[in-house]
Amino acid sequence: MDYRENTHRYGRFWVMTVIVLLLLVPVAIGVYYGTLPDFNGLWRGLLGVVPIFWTVGAIEVFTFTPMLGAGGTYLAFITGNLTNLKVPCVLNALQAADVKQGTEEAEVLSTIAVAVSSFVTMAIIALGVLLLSQVEPLLESPALQPAFENILPALFGGLGVVFISKNWKIAVAPLVFMIALFILMPSLAGSVGILVPVGALIAIGVARILYRKNLL
Amino acid sequence: MFSPNDPFLYIITAIVILIITGQSVFFLVRALRRAKAIGIPSATLKKTMISSAVYTIAPAISILLGVITLSKSLGFPLPWLRLSVIGAITYETAAAGAATNALGLSLGTLITDPSAFLTVVWVMTIGIMFSLVLVVFLAKRIESGMMKIRNRDEKWSGFLVSSLFLGMISAFLGLVFAEVGKGLTGWIPVFVMLASMLLMVILGALMKLLQWKWLSEYALPISMLGGMALAIPITNLVGILAK
Repeated sequence: MDYRENTHRYGRFWVMTVIVLLLLVPVAIGVYYGTLPDFNGLWRGLLGVVPIFWTVGAIEVFTFTPMLGAGGTYLAFITGNLTNLKVPCVLNALQAADVKQGTEEAEVLSTIAVAVSSFVTMAIIALGVLLLSQVEPLLESPALQPAFENILPALFGGLGVVFISKNWKIAVAPLVFMIALFILMPSLAGSVGILVPVGALIAIGVARILYRKNLL
Repeated sequence: MFSPNDPFLYIITAIVILIITGQSVFFLVRALRRAKAIGIPSATLKKTMISSAVYTIAPAISILLGVITLSKSLGFPLPWLRLSVIGAITYETAAAGAATNALGLSLGTLITDPSAFLTVVWVMTIGIMFSLVLVVFLAKRIESGMMKIRNRDEKWSGFLVSSLFLGMISAFLGLVFAEVGKGLTGWIPVFVMLASMLLMVILGALMKLLQWKWLSEYALPISMLGGMALAIPITNLVGILAK
């Protein structure tokens, strides 16, 4: 049967399994320790979390599924760390292999990239946690702190050069908008998740206009 | 006395991680087989796997730091589970923060009340559920939708996808400027970003001038790690200048 068809079938099956598995974790904890959650705290905690995370989650599904392809999407959403790791990693892989997005090559390569990335992440975290006594002083050393505090600027600086140099006409508007926005309203720093699709909409709008006018 | 570092929790964590690792292996093997079937050369596959692995190392270490940070209140098993599989550091920290906040606890002290711990686990679990549920129902439709656009107008669909990426990049690059109002130290992320950009430009020039094609898969990790490394002297320098 068709690879893509099967990918969707397996993907949906596995994601449903993961959903059940994740729900079983708190249930198992509750049963094992013979305790119930603090419902008042639960409710108030959810109020602070659900409106934002469910919105961002929905937006991520719409934004990233086209980028990741079928297999990549199912795997990436299960394994997490999309914006800061999986999606740029896929970008990097497609870039290095010189493959166009949306093709079957891209579909297959992005699945591979996401899977490998998950293995490495799990291995590093497992190693780190198990070696914790040796690792902690090093990782928490004040000398190295600035490096770890600046991962996102370092990551997106390099990535930005790659994409902006190819599509600078589309890039200008969302970039200027976002930089101005964050300078004027620094409190938005915690809302990057919501602003990613805003940037995407601006970019798409600009691209459409330029495309129609044959300026791309 | 309850501890978030109880062996039972380690066992649950190990089970879930093993299952999800198994799934990743399944998808990987399928993809590799399909890649060979459609004629992608092994060299490309190797390149993809190596570059993804290398690329992941630095972000994975920062995720590890997130695990260590959250372990202060939640112990190791739970953050280990959440950050190796389903979540992302921003969500997990925010969800844990919101939950502990609602319980009158803080992220700086170990939770000793099993009910409080369970509450936090429930908040984090329900918070992340939605995107998984949507993926089950919508991923296929979204992906086919993209394919239809591509078949109708391939050039536009290429621009459409590029725009999505550019949107994400612009949001994060904007974020880099969020602290500039705070004085010279607020510009550190901007300097780091510029350093990383400069590195990338240099690498690109090297690739073109010296024909070092092999550099292409390492260019991004090098510019990222280089930017991070340079963040140290940059921060120190700004510290001196800002005084």
